[in-house]
Amino acid sequence: MAEAESARAVRAREARNDALTEPRLVRLGIIALAVAFLTVFIVLPLVLVFAQAFGEGVAAYIAALADPEAQSAVVLTLTVAAISVGLNLVFGLVMAWAIAKFEFAGRTLLISLIDLPFSVSPVIAGLVFVLLFGAQSALGAWLIARDIPILFALPGIVLATTFVTFSFVARELIPLMLQQGTQEEEAAISLGASGWRAFVRVTLPNIKWGLIYGILLCNARAMGEFGAVSVVSGHIRGETNTMPLLVEILYNEYQIMAAFAVASLLALLAVVTLVVKAVLERRLAEGRRQRDH
Amino acid sequence: MGLTLTWLSLIVLIPLAGLFIQTADLSPAEFWAIVTSRRTLNALKLSFGLSLAAAATSLVMGMVVVWALVRYRFPGRRLFDAIVDIPFALPTAVAGVALTALFAEKGWLGAPLAALGVKVAFTPLGIYVAMVFISFPFVVRTVQPVLQDLEAELEEVAVSLGASRWHVVVRVILPSIAPAILTGLALAFARAVGEYGSVIFIAGNLPNVSEIAPLLIVIRLSEYRYADATAIAVVMLAAAFLVIFVINRIQRRAQARAPAL
Amino acid sequence: MTIEVRNIVKRFGAFAALDHVDLKVETGELVALLGPSGSGKTTLLRIIAGLEWPDEGDIRFDGEDALKQGAGERHVGFVFQHYALFRHMTVFENVAFGLRVQPRAVRKSEAAIRARVHDLLDLVQLRWLAERYPSQLSGGQRQRIALARALAIEPRILLLDEPFGALDAKVRKELRQWLRTLHDEIHVTSLFVTHDQEEALEVANRVVVMDKGRIEQIGTPAEVYDNPRTAFVHAFIGESIVLPVEVRDGRVRLGASDLDLAADGAVSGPSQLFVRRHDMDVGPVGSGALEGAVRRVRTFGPVQRADVALTSAGGETLIEIDTPRDRRLAPGDIVGLHPRRYRIFAAEA
Repeated sequence: MAEAESARAVRAREARNDALTEPRLVRLGIIALAVAFLTVFIVLPLVLVFAQAFGEGVAAYIAALADPEAQSAVVLTLTVAAISVGLNLVFGLVMAWAIAKFEFAGRTLLISLIDLPFSVSPVIAGLVFVLLFGAQSALGAWLIARDIPILFALPGIVLATTFVTFSFVARELIPLMLQQGTQEEEAAISLGASGWRAFVRVTLPNIKWGLIYGILLCNARAMGEFGAVSVVSGHIRGETNTMPLLVEILYNEYQIMAAFAVASLLALLAVVTLVVKAVLERRLAEGRRQRDH
Repeated sequence: MGLTLTWLSLIVLIPLAGLFIQTADLSPAEFWAIVTSRRTLNALKLSFGLSLAAAATSLVMGMVVVWALVRYRFPGRRLFDAIVDIPFALPTAVAGVALTALFAEKGWLGAPLAALGVKVAFTPLGIYVAMVFISFPFVVRTVQPVLQDLEAELEEVAVSLGASRWHVVVRVILPSIAPAILTGLALAFARAVGEYGSVIFIAGNLPNVSEIAPLLIVIRLSEYRYADATAIAVVMLAAAFLVIFVINRIQRRAQARAPAL
Repeated sequence: MTIEVRNIVKRFGAFAALDHVDLKVETGELVALLGPSGSGKTTLLRIIAGLEWPDEGDIRFDGEDALKQGAGERHVGFVFQHYALFRHMTVFENVAFGLRVQPRAVRKSEAAIRARVHDLLDLVQLRWLAERYPSQLSGGQRQRIALARALAIEPRILLLDEPFGALDAKVRKELRQWLRTLHDEIHVTSLFVTHDQEEALEVANRVVVMDKGRIEQIGTPAEVYDNPRTAFVHAFIGESIVLPVEVRDGRVRLGASDLDLAADGAVSGPSQLFVRRHDMDVGPVGSGALEGAVRRVRTFGPVQRADVALTSAGGETLIEIDTPRDRRLAPGDIVGLHPRRYRIFAAEA
């Protein structure tokens, strides 16, 4: 199907209204419908974000982002994302390592658990944390007595975000590591390398691209998480508002331009994430193809 | 994937129910009262009803998009293929405010629609639109690889046997990719039902009218009515689990007969 | 139904998959398209089926222009190498498919469809599998069902693309026989593609040998085996000994010496001498045009195969010959060799 047929052959086939493909009118209709749908549902909202953000000029845009509340929201978002991604990097690596390199009972269950945070409503995830750490629970009361705030503070936000984004790194690494097997590490160890060195010098380089891909997706979700964080943060202005939460607050206060200014940063993040993702996908596919030879 | 989804809903359900029993100490009768209160019932009906409608719409439009992307060549195809992932990557709050502004009465799309007498923002219709936005990529991305790998020979042999294009699509192609379509549908539904950020801006959030179940959970939490919140969560999960389970059964039967080679 | 292929050209970019191909298939014939990969045989088959279109040329079925019709209208049965059975349908539904998709005006009644499908399943002796799914069948069974499905629409022509390529050697042999028998029964004009010459020679009425988009020779299996028209056909079909020779003034030279062989009207210049392994007569020294020393002998079954180093070549050319077992050879024997039958073709540039 990838070969270039001659123009005459292609025209001949289409003219006969072959059942091998849809009639020309239907094809055009489907393309038009798909393009219209994607334009309305994806292109327009994206464009609108930026249009509204710059609706009052560049100076106003910058002023909105320089606002102290916006600044603290950005700092908080970056902090939370950094910690969450870092934690998930470690957890994900450990989990993928354990699953891919060892056989143990309950392995399959563990693999299924990976997808758990991904498929649950973020509000319910937040709810679980509230139930666990809220003042009404035994654990919560214990922590509050020791002046360790979880809910309505940074730790709670980090926990909720980490939970919700846990899947991304692990899901990327596990199939990759399973596919690579244990031979190279075993060879390294038989040559005298310690477990740690084997990991750093053999395993890590092999999973490099999958790891970066997973971190990328994890980061995008961590910065953008709304539902779970909304539940656990308490919305304390200047303290526990991440960027998505700030967008909500500004919007509800009719500071539309400011809300979209903050939103535009997040939208930009999404676009950059997708671009990098596309580049990485090509690298991953090439890597896979090379390995198959 | 679908099977995992089923098990996972269960895995969340049980600890949650456990937590619930521990924190609430409610009798079954009290549980029932909470769950069947007018406001709760309406929220649940709204969430599930609109999610099903949105999932169905995502199914249809997702199929249109994936068909165009896989089978046809047109200018900008690769770009359009890439932007299908935007709803995955875009923070839900951003999507929420953007869709609201777009469909508000003075919005770029809201204005012409209002002229036609159709109000989208702050109505259940708005909720539906937001749900379609975040769920249709699931259909596209789940079906895409399967449609791409479908052997041309299946279509060719059907044509040689005298099938019209309609028959080839309906009797050969679609049934062959049915398991993937059903998985996409299940994922789309699961996402729509639990969605919060994209929806609460465009919804009117009026109790009993345009209030979704996740929002009711958040409201109950802010009222410190933890028992209520958990009860609603339990019901949501149980119902979602049921729907996904049913879809999975259908899909498994289709797969058993026609294992993907 | 006769098939007439006239001057077909098919290009993919700069590459000519088919380069002015002419062919005529008579009604009821079973014809093999034989050739290596890239020879264009599958492309030709698909063009006849209507799954691809030629850039130039004509196809006629019983004199009517087939290119006016799409694949569905040509009423051709097609069987693929990998069966292409509909996985989500039972065997019965697969075979019934062609009958079910007919336009309502032409479609048979449910009872008639049922009867026809059962008849076809009986024909391929797989009636008992009717309610199974393709995933539950063996490869050989799948292919027979694929054939039954193709026959359901009563095609005027049956086209098979490497039908046994995906099967084990043993199953392949069985099905080969079975196809031949089936064809003898139903007499549908059939065309099948293969790269397995044993298959082509055993099964077909006529063989079309193809290479690089062109037809090298058309003939009965005996003809293409005994009277190959080109060097390619000689080399491709059966085993051959190939000696580089030079034809000069009607004489054949191998290396430095003239061979006592008739040049048979071959054109002067560098050429190749083709002999079948079993067409080399062995006798005492001096009894033949060539001479050689036996290096190795092995016997298996009815065959005695010897590696012989030709001394006439002025250097060592090792050839393999087959001789009857009653004429014992041993390593070290010096023998005379004479090609009973041979062909001389001009060497390719």
